[in-house]
Amino acid sequence: MSQVDTANPAVEPVEAFTKLEQNGAALMPLRKAGLARFSESGYSTLRDEDWRFTNVKPIAELPFRPTIDPLGQGIGQDQLGNVTFGQLDADRLVFVDGHFNADLSQIGDQPSGVTVTHLVSGLAGLEREAGSLSGGDDNPFVALNDAFFTDGALIRIADNQCLTKPVHLLFVTTAGKDGEAAHIRNWIIAGANSQGTIIESHLSLGQAATVTNVVTETRIGDGANLEHVKFQDQSAKAFHLASLHSELGRDARYAFHSIALGARLSRNNLRMRLAKPGIECVLNGLYMMRGQQLADHHMIVEHAAPHCDSHEYFNGILDDQSRGVFHGRILVQPGAQKTDAKQTNKNLLLSDDATANTKPQLEIYADDVKCTHGATIGEMDDDSIFYLRTRGLDPSTARRMLLHGFAGEIVERIRHDAVREELDALVWGRLEAVHKFD
Amino acid sequence: MLQIKNLQAGIEDKPILKGIDLSVNAGEVHAIMGPNGSGKSTLASVLAGRDGFDVTGGKALYNGNDLLDLAPEERAREGVFLAFQYPVEIPGVNSTYFLRSAVNAVRTHRGEEELDAMNFLKAVKVKMKELGLGEDFLKRPVNAGFSGGEKKRNEILQMTMLDPRLAILDETDSGLDIDALRIVADGVNRLRRDDNAQVVITHYQRLLDYIVPDFVHVLNDGCIIKSGDKSLALELEEKGYDWLIKEAA
Repeated sequence: MSQVDTANPAVEPVEAFTKLEQNGAALMPLRKAGLARFSESGYSTLRDEDWRFTNVKPIAELPFRPTIDPLGQGIGQDQLGNVTFGQLDADRLVFVDGHFNADLSQIGDQPSGVTVTHLVSGLAGLEREAGSLSGGDDNPFVALNDAFFTDGALIRIADNQCLTKPVHLLFVTTAGKDGEAAHIRNWIIAGANSQGTIIESHLSLGQAATVTNVVTETRIGDGANLEHVKFQDQSAKAFHLASLHSELGRDARYAFHSIALGARLSRNNLRMRLAKPGIECVLNGLYMMRGQQLADHHMIVEHAAPHCDSHEYFNGILDDQSRGVFHGRILVQPGAQKTDAKQTNKNLLLSDDATANTKPQLEIYADDVKCTHGATIGEMDDDSIFYLRTRGLDPSTARRMLLHGFAGEIVERIRHDAVREELDALVWGRLEAVHKFD
Repeated sequence: MLQIKNLQAGIEDKPILKGIDLSVNAGEVHAIMGPNGSGKSTLASVLAGRDGFDVTGGKALYNGNDLLDLAPEERAREGVFLAFQYPVEIPGVNSTYFLRSAVNAVRTHRGEEELDAMNFLKAVKVKMKELGLGEDFLKRPVNAGFSGGEKKRNEILQMTMLDPRLAILDETDSGLDIDALRIVADGVNRLRRDDNAQVVITHYQRLLDYIVPDFVHVLNDGCIIKSGDKSLALELEEKGYDWLIKEAA
């Protein structure tokens, strides 16, 4: 692995730690261990199997500027009114460059037993939990996050409670300097038989080459039912790194949707541990890339208990010189009998210069399981276009319809009506505005 | 309505249709029969405008105009409909959205007003019921995960909604059990009028018990080797194709 370029450390780690200690001394062992791990590993390189197709060298070459303090320029409500999900009837936590902004946030009445707040304020007693799900990961960005996270969301739903409204976590970057990096840590704890919808969106207000590095740990109790929609629409210069670590209890239902439209480079590490029987886990993703963009989804779904279902559906639309990367590993542990695991990754290339790298991987140590995977990379299907044309639709309408359908397959799996409808309209509009149909 | 004169077509350098002559008038039903590989589906594809077939000679006139010069969507809007042997699955594209777009593309071309969502639904639901398609059908993506019978019934539903002047049914009976065959045939028969025509392509006589043709043509090696009335189909059923092929040779 390459060493960190410390030639121009805009922020000294030691100085940063002094400030971060004020957010909770109890977190310092986690931070120090993270920094030690990162110092050992440095940034990943193309030689690492898990990063074979995604080169983070441009991130390594940026000045090292974690946004330990809020950046100067404040933002107002008027700048957030028109953003995606900005009008959604939801409780909203707004984070600007990794710092909670109370003025922009709105938290309504949730039932007693539900906590929706920012991590720093609600951490008391949870310090030892932080890192308990992500700690085993050798991802250098998780190590960096351990060391430098400033804040993030804390959502706790007590046993048998529901979120009465969706919770919208809105992360914006305003950064104007290259390398300014928001390290965000989210904690979601859903008790037994709890329910809720969580929307996480990442947007840029600034245009610099900023870094967002978010780690989310999610503990989902027995019988809980959680839907989590992650929407990333950052600027074409931004770097976005996300790592989701979820542990699911008996009979839990969990649907995670990743909609990746923005950023120069985005990487979503998804680590699902199906720890108890009867779980249904759906990972559902759409990436639409153009220009020089790259979107990478890298997942490990670990079936550690019998009678669990997991489904992964990822569709990518790749235009210009953009790239889509998919790595889906299904790990079925000994004893996880009656596992039903399905995985598909479909890529539609709209340009001769676009690239898709897809790598399904099944690792099965049980003998009574059903596991399937399939991946396709191709252009729009001529037979489908012809079929639509024979029904009177002109070629551009036919292509538009197919493209919309390809994206729609993913969007329609979102259960929350208002979220799905807003995303559908947005994706439709984006396809219309950006991609050539004639 | 349709005049095909000495039509020759093939794929790359391989000739498949070697001089077809066929005349279809309004109010008529024509059956085209023939052994596998005789060129039946190629004829359907060429008439619908599928890419990849080269027309090397002859012509096809539709209402006096050159049909082969039109793009597939123009043919559709002018009233030509192809019911596919293998209807294409289009995941993610909602059936209602697709069918309403198609209906309105054709209506706009005919100078008729577009159907709004309400009127469209009203119209389509009546037709769906006739074809035994459940209401959930409209919510499903086009043909995706449909059974063979559902796909064929969907073709007939589209045909019903688009109300073509010239319908070409390519092996619509293949893969259908007898009940589904009857439903599909009834659907086709309901559309029979004096101002439209149907060309039914089939390998087996069975379909013609339900869709009774005025004319039967036998295609072999890219040529029509015999034409007759519906009794020809019965004769083929009894004796097979070999005697005709020998007779023609």
